[in-house]
Amino acid sequence: MKVSIFVTCVVDQLFPATGMAMATVLERAGCEIHFPEDQTCCGQPAFNTGYRDEAATVARHTMKVLQGSDYVVVPAGSCASMMCHHYTDLFATGTDHDAARQLAPRVVEFSKFLTDVLKVEDLGARFDGVVTYHDACHSLRELGIKDGPRRLLSKVRGLELREMDIPEECCGFGGTFSVKFPGVSGGMARTKIDSIVRTGADILVSADSSCLMQMAGAISRAGLPIRTMHLAEVLASR
Amino acid sequence: MSTSHLDHQDFGRIINNTLADPHLQKAVYTATGRLMSHRRSAIEPHLLPDYQELREQARLVKLHTIENLDWYLEQFERNVVAHGGHVHWCRDAEEVAETVLSIARPRGVKLVVKSKSMTSEEVHLNDRLAEHGIESVETDLGEYILQLLKQRPYHIIAPALHLTRYDVADLFEEKLGTPHDTVIENQTRTARVVLREAFLRADMGISGANFLVADSGAIVVVENEGNARLSTSAPRVHVAIAGIEKVIPRAQDLATFLKLLARSATGQMLSAYTSFLSGPRRAGEVDGPEEFHVILLDGGRTKLLEDEEKRTSLTCIRCGACLNHCPVYRKIGGHSFPWVYSGPIGAILTPQFHGLDAEPALPFASSLCGACAEVCPVKIDIPKILLRLRSDIKESEKGTAEHQFERMAFRAYAYAAARPKLWRRLTKIGARFSGPGIRNGASLPVVRDWLSQRDLPAPAAKSFRELWKERRP
Repeated sequence: MKVSIFVTCVVDQLFPATGMAMATVLERAGCEIHFPEDQTCCGQPAFNTGYRDEAATVARHTMKVLQGSDYVVVPAGSCASMMCHHYTDLFATGTDHDAARQLAPRVVEFSKFLTDVLKVEDLGARFDGVVTYHDACHSLRELGIKDGPRRLLSKVRGLELREMDIPEECCGFGGTFSVKFPGVSGGMARTKIDSIVRTGADILVSADSSCLMQMAGAISRAGLPIRTMHLAEVLASR
Repeated sequence: MSTSHLDHQDFGRIINNTLADPHLQKAVYTATGRLMSHRRSAIEPHLLPDYQELREQARLVKLHTIENLDWYLEQFERNVVAHGGHVHWCRDAEEVAETVLSIARPRGVKLVVKSKSMTSEEVHLNDRLAEHGIESVETDLGEYILQLLKQRPYHIIAPALHLTRYDVADLFEEKLGTPHDTVIENQTRTARVVLREAFLRADMGISGANFLVADSGAIVVVENEGNARLSTSAPRVHVAIAGIEKVIPRAQDLATFLKLLARSATGQMLSAYTSFLSGPRRAGEVDGPEEFHVILLDGGRTKLLEDEEKRTSLTCIRCGACLNHCPVYRKIGGHSFPWVYSGPIGAILTPQFHGLDAEPALPFASSLCGACAEVCPVKIDIPKILLRLRSDIKESEKGTAEHQFERMAFRAYAYAAARPKLWRRLTKIGARFSGPGIRNGASLPVVRDWLSQRDLPAPAAKSFRELWKERRP
């Protein structure tokens, strides 16, 4: 199957290993990967901050870049949700609306693509460690992803998954919220991290790099010996 | 409406004070956590298999009512009048206060007992009554505690949620002169002694209403302490104050709403008391008030009707579940919010009732996690409305000095993101300069705010697109 990947601006700049791992996993699952070179950002930062005109400019560009792809796989629930839910809100009518509707069903979050489109769960991965899984809010509540990532993790040899008492609670990132209300955002991250610590896990796994950036930053500030990894990196391990 | 209708303009300052108070943080987190787990148990599939169908039914009934509000309100009025009651229509809080005074003064009312009513909090009724020498006593235990403290409710359904029994023990000792006692049952008994006296002396009872039933002209009051039942039946005059959006078409719709309300609010199957009040005491009846008045408040509500998306805000049944489940509310608490309604529902009601400029930071105080919409019994898409309000605010800021730097930054971002070559060049330069320099210097306010709480990962030595190119020659 031919798939395009949209790696997101955060992965491109800060976590390129996540993008590479996603490509590796998809190839092992039999996909032929295409990386549309002209991709930049999905426009969510502007959209969530209320700058709809600016978000529309970016969205139009992204829709053009991804035209003609059968599937667009994204390593972040919130960017995927921006493209498959909010583009159609952004463009209420006209050719842009049609383009948004065309794109929406073809954009699939990474873990959902594996479990629901390719229908694979065992990627032959091996990873020795105790991990806990953070449900990214937009994956969970806008895309309905809950069991899929856990099923994928359950097939990883050597891996033990320990659930947090609050796996579904927001990490506090929220895009520009994290800098508009830094104290609240930081407090939310610390609440989440307390729960991670209680599991005794060594590694925090999620399928959204923005959440991981927030929590890795707070874990590092607290000086805790916990690593953060994207789901793709765990699934690419052998 | 002007900003003066808000309770305060100290959003940011109270947030910081709340965050810095570990006692308060713990009290709020514990109390909301308890309400969350109670709700979860109450909606378990074996107890309520049709929970999702009920939510959809509730949403549709409420939406239908809001879209035909004039018709149902007039039907409600006709039926209240037919039972011998009176209906008063008020445009704003001031008119409500005037109406209550116009009922109380000619009847020589000296003491009012009040059961919990968020709508009366919109009016600041107690202050207005006091100006005219009329004493009012809050009879809900939480509200009574807050009246002693001169505070407004912290939460829609649990007004004193932020206080522990130790706080209450200190308060009662100081204000009532009773011995220091941290046993909740004893505290309740203490309050009860004071409140019984008030119930017996009061000339007027003021309540809210959870539902106004159009086809029967009844109001429904949901509570746990029995104080609302006493407030509405012991004094000779009963005045109910409700927002116009509280109307529902038929008594049988309560089968849907009552199943959802208490479960969503406190995790109870049904509240301890559900009172159906229709009109004053009739000939041959042994109890009930001599007069029954319903005051219907617009207070900014009709402004929302024309907008298909925004009008869904009026379907709220005030269960408070969105507050309990909101990780932001659980950090910043109820008093940070500038108006009586706090939490996610407050964040969407306040700017819509009072104008976007009333507290423009409010709709931005959300991570858009969506926990509120997930638990809302009438499925209000609060994050979507927050996004709408954010964009309305940014529209209104155009051409002003507000957030000029931010606006320029987003313009530049959009310009670059639509030009891939420029984007690649800029991100490359950005990566080079955002090394240790920017992280130590922290000169940009955005970076400084980020670093105030957590570390920032160093940009990767090579971006994904560079690695990808190397992999595919």
